[in-house]
Amino acid sequence: MWDYLKLAIYGLIAVMAAIAASYARDIAYQVHAILITLIAAGLFIYSLRRVGETKVVETGYMDGPVRVGVALTAFWGAVGFLVGTFIAFQLAFPSLNFGWAEGYLNFGRLRPLHTSAVIFAFGGTALVTSSMYVVQRTSGARLWGGNLAWFVFWGYQIVILLAATGYLLGATQSKEYAEPEWYTDLWLTIVWVAYLLMFMGTLMKRKEPHIYVANWFYLSFIVTIAMLHVINNLAMPVSFFGSKSVQLFAGVQDAMTQWWYGHNAVGFFLTAGFLGMMYYFVPKQAERPVFSYKLSIIHFWALIFLYIWAGPHHLHYTALPDWAGTLGMVFSIILWMPSWGGMINGLMTLSGAWDKLRTDPVIRMMVVSIGFYGMSTFEGPMMSIRAVNSLSHYTDWTIGHVHSGALGWNGMITFGMLYFLVPRLWNRAGLYSLKLVSWHFWLATIGIVLYAASMWVTGIMEGLMWREVDAQGFLVNSFADTVAAKFPMYVVRGMGGVLFLTGALIMCYNLWMTVKRSPAAETASDAQTAPAE
Amino acid sequence: MMDTYSLLREIADSWVLLAMFVFFLAVVVWAFRPGSRKVHEDTANIPFRHEDKPVGDRETGRSAQEELQQ
Repeated sequence: MWDYLKLAIYGLIAVMAAIAASYARDIAYQVHAILITLIAAGLFIYSLRRVGETKVVETGYMDGPVRVGVALTAFWGAVGFLVGTFIAFQLAFPSLNFGWAEGYLNFGRLRPLHTSAVIFAFGGTALVTSSMYVVQRTSGARLWGGNLAWFVFWGYQIVILLAATGYLLGATQSKEYAEPEWYTDLWLTIVWVAYLLMFMGTLMKRKEPHIYVANWFYLSFIVTIAMLHVINNLAMPVSFFGSKSVQLFAGVQDAMTQWWYGHNAVGFFLTAGFLGMMYYFVPKQAERPVFSYKLSIIHFWALIFLYIWAGPHHLHYTALPDWAGTLGMVFSIILWMPSWGGMINGLMTLSGAWDKLRTDPVIRMMVVSIGFYGMSTFEGPMMSIRAVNSLSHYTDWTIGHVHSGALGWNGMITFGMLYFLVPRLWNRAGLYSLKLVSWHFWLATIGIVLYAASMWVTGIMEGLMWREVDAQGFLVNSFADTVAAKFPMYVVRGMGGVLFLTGALIMCYNLWMTVKRSPAAETASDAQTAPAE
Repeated sequence: MMDTYSLLREIADSWVLLAMFVFFLAVVVWAFRPGSRKVHEDTANIPFRHEDKPVGDRETGRSAQEELQQ
């Protein structure tokens, strides 16, 4: 019965999307409708060929989506870093905004492609993938909902596909980190509800009396992102057959909603979700439980209670009332405590095993990532202070801050996760080459240092140049003066990106060779049953 | 009569603020309650337990047992 229903649904979607494509009012909508037609038709044929197949009840952990997810995380990482490096050079050398690709591959179109590719494609796939792995292992239960996990996984990839192609073709609602237009937002909402059901369902059938702390962080990430996404994307489409929509909020309310969303995307997507990773993969790689479980509980609740208020610090010196800005600033500064508590908890997990830093480049990667977490969560609250913000805001200092967090914390912990998972998922004795991991580690670390340092220099210089006045009170520098002065730092930043990208490509090669070439591991059951025979 | 915004604002910065703060303190106190150490030690070790297969996975469990009997 379900087979036939599925066929009907796929067929209906394919036909309706084809009709929508013919009525489309803009190119982005048309391309998306055609993509949906093709995907639905493909699924229709795939399902048709499998009608009446006997279904085997599968047991064990469901690692299929995790395997595909690991591969796609590495792929999206490489794509996102490549686009990032290219647009870094576009800023240094504007002639890289090619005339023939104007309107498609210029900085304005590629910039949201880069941010979404690294945050939502690389980071998001890493989160979905790792949460599926972690929740099963820490619950002692198979994923709930059977193929629901596949729906969540591929559904999320379709969001990425629609978002990325949409940006290049000009479909954007101009909200930073929430650029995708209304139909992509609706689809993400459906996928996200399925994700929540899958995660909660697995937790509910867990065989452990307690929910491990990593799952608390993952769950808060899923729930909060659902809330943020729905409220920040309240919009009315201009036409059912077009990609353009009009926001429900206007003016300062819209700005406040946007940065409430924006900062909590940092807090719950890039922090809480990745802390879930930290609380599982760091203890596993160090082979010892987390330093203090009590501290992890307090870390969780303090982070949840504080982060949600920090958004207004993005809107100092705007139409937003001062009290709201002060509120955001104060909560940002209080956030120092849980952030550093969490950092200490992660780092101290290695106490008694510090020698592993010398021998295991994967744990080195994780430790550096926690270090960057501490560094960027120190820098962020400092920049949220109104007086500091008056210097730093709208300068490259902000971009440097974001990248020390994103490349350092999110990037490095994800690399650590990938190096941890690949040998286990493909049943290999170990990684293909630890030496290449070391190369990756140093290239990435030096790349981040080049990036962050050049952005500090150029950001503070730019901020000081903007506010410099002469004896008569006139501004000394024009905007173009600051742009010219930034050139050398922009080149250094681009070089940092090249190093980081090279490291990621080395990782992709290493992971590929691990699957292809590394010797198979003796499975635990082999080892246990061998003496009994 | 007060408009909705001011009313909500007043509730938010008085009772709701107090309730959230008390909830947070209660969580901290609960984490440090006597006897929590054992529970937390057990919970902290969850990642080291079910690496390969779910708890009570019939198929693999049975085959291991059969092999032991042979």
